[in-house]
Amino acid sequence: MLELRGVTAGYGRTIVLDDVSVVVPTGDAVAVMGHNGAGKTTLLRVAVGLLPVRAGTVLLDGEDVTRLRPNARVRRGLGYVPQGQQCFPQMTTMENLQLITTSKAEIRGVLDTFPALTELLSRRAGLLSGGQRQQLAIARTLLTQPRMLILDEPTEGIQPNVVQEIEQVILGLTQRGDLSVLLVEQHVGFALRSTGSYYVLESGRITAQGEGGAGALDSVRAAMAV
Amino acid sequence: MDVIVSQLFTGASTGAVLLLVALGLALTFGQMGVINMAHGEFLMAGAYTAYLTQQAVSNSDVSLLIALPLGFLVAGMLGLLLEMTVISRMYHRPLDTLLVTFGVGLILQQVARDVFGAQPKAVASPTWLHGQLDLLGYGYPVTRLFIVTIAVGCLAGTAAVLKYTALGRRIRATVQNRDLAETVGVSTRGTDRVTFFLGSGLAGVAGVALTLVTATVSNLGTSYIVPAFLVVVAGGIGQIKGSVIAAFALGIVGAFLTYYTSGSLATVLTFVLVVAFLQIRPQGLFTVRTRSLA
Ligand SMILES: Nc1ncnc2c1ncn2[C@@H]1O[C@H](COP(=O)(O)OP(=O)(O)OP(=O)(O)O)[C@@H](O)[C@H]1O
Ligand SMILES: [Mg+2]
Repeated sequence: MLELRGVTAGYGRTIVLDDVSVVVPTGDAVAVMGHNGAGKTTLLRVAVGLLPVRAGTVLLDGEDVTRLRPNARVRRGLGYVPQGQQCFPQMTTMENLQLITTSKAEIRGVLDTFPALTELLSRRAGLLSGGQRQQLAIARTLLTQPRMLILDEPTEGIQPNVVQEIEQVILGLTQRGDLSVLLVEQHVGFALRSTGSYYVLESGRITAQGEGGAGALDSVRAAMAV
Repeated sequence: MDVIVSQLFTGASTGAVLLLVALGLALTFGQMGVINMAHGEFLMAGAYTAYLTQQAVSNSDVSLLIALPLGFLVAGMLGLLLEMTVISRMYHRPLDTLLVTFGVGLILQQVARDVFGAQPKAVASPTWLHGQLDLLGYGYPVTRLFIVTIAVGCLAGTAAVLKYTALGRRIRATVQNRDLAETVGVSTRGTDRVTFFLGSGLAGVAGVALTLVTATVSNLGTSYIVPAFLVVVAGGIGQIKGSVIAAFALGIVGAFLTYYTSGSLATVLTFVLVVAFLQIRPQGLFTVRTRSLA
């Protein structure tokens, strides 16, 4: 379970998040939606510890992790796939994975999830396509064996056929039951299909929240149109 | 012909010393971007470690072999201490780092002068390094061959650590994308410390090696620090193979210039050549290639 309580955060003098509270119950999948610049990535950076809070607390499975560095949160089961298909460009695909573990069995496990990576193991990650890099990013995060997985716009800027594949994997992950998921997504349809509840973030505030499912489509669209 | 061969060999051994000094910098400056002006003083610390080891173990045949790892440890610990107390507070502030570490270097020199005196300290080289080896009709001092061997060994060791070990992957990951490294579970602060320990330790090894060819004084480091930075910059930041070529090129060019001109003029000319080279290729010999900046 991940809980952000009354989080206020920003960069320099600007406040980007103003008293935001979000809960991801154990085993559930939650979507955060909002327009460009609403503060979604900022919210996730606070959750993983890359950005300090001005006020508020971050709780992971009930433990206050607000002051913990990101790597300590990872060791407590928090996994993060950042926006923008990030990788270690000068390292090969294999080295990107071996950074987490050298266990052949574990690596084979994530390669089963993303078979396309098998051909690319000795290629430098900086030379992969955007879609391939995103698959690598998700695979690498899965190797950290998270109990709480955070995904920031995992299908943004990726060709449609690869998007399908990635969406299938995410759908599978959200239904696993032993994994909680916090998904930031601009595609409202996919977000609501793959999660059980949602928040709408506008200009750093939560403006709507509720249960997911196809029935929520209209209310989310209405909340985001404002 | 004789001149060419002899200057090539002289240049190669100067290049080897430069490489040893620059190798540590390639880690702390090349990989981490820290401008540590006290790096030269870690060299000096290594040299005095060799001297002290010889005082304690009077058998010069073995004292060198003890001094090499010991010099690594002593300089490495000094570097670690510097990183934890000073440099860690100034990441992203290169000018502050430069000035403060320059000051730390001066303090270390003064401490060494107070402890060891102003007189140069000589370290006796082991008997198994006495004599010359006949190479292409030129008698090559075995001590200098040994220095080249140490340089090549340290190079191979550093490259192997970076390429094949978990620590090496963590170092490279931290350099390439610090935030991402943290969020996949790498302790980037811990990695910084270890990297700094290794880089400083290599300077210590260089210092021990230097005692084979020169006497130890408190300002030993000052004559090596600028050429070492030049080697790393000319080789291409973050590219160790570039540093290797640049070190030997600088050593050999310097040796020839010294032969045809004078020592100090040769130093100036070498600098001019490096600066001219950097005007043409500001990125150095080798550059980092990627498809995107991610
Ligand atoms: N490093 C930064 N320094 C200063 N301002 C920033 C920084 N990162 C983001 N911002 C600002 O904070 C606000 C929220 O940005 P954020 O990246 O959280 O938005 P987002 O909802 O993730 O948008 P997108 O959908 O485009 O990814 C924006 O106004 C942005 O300009
Ligand atoms: Mg974003």
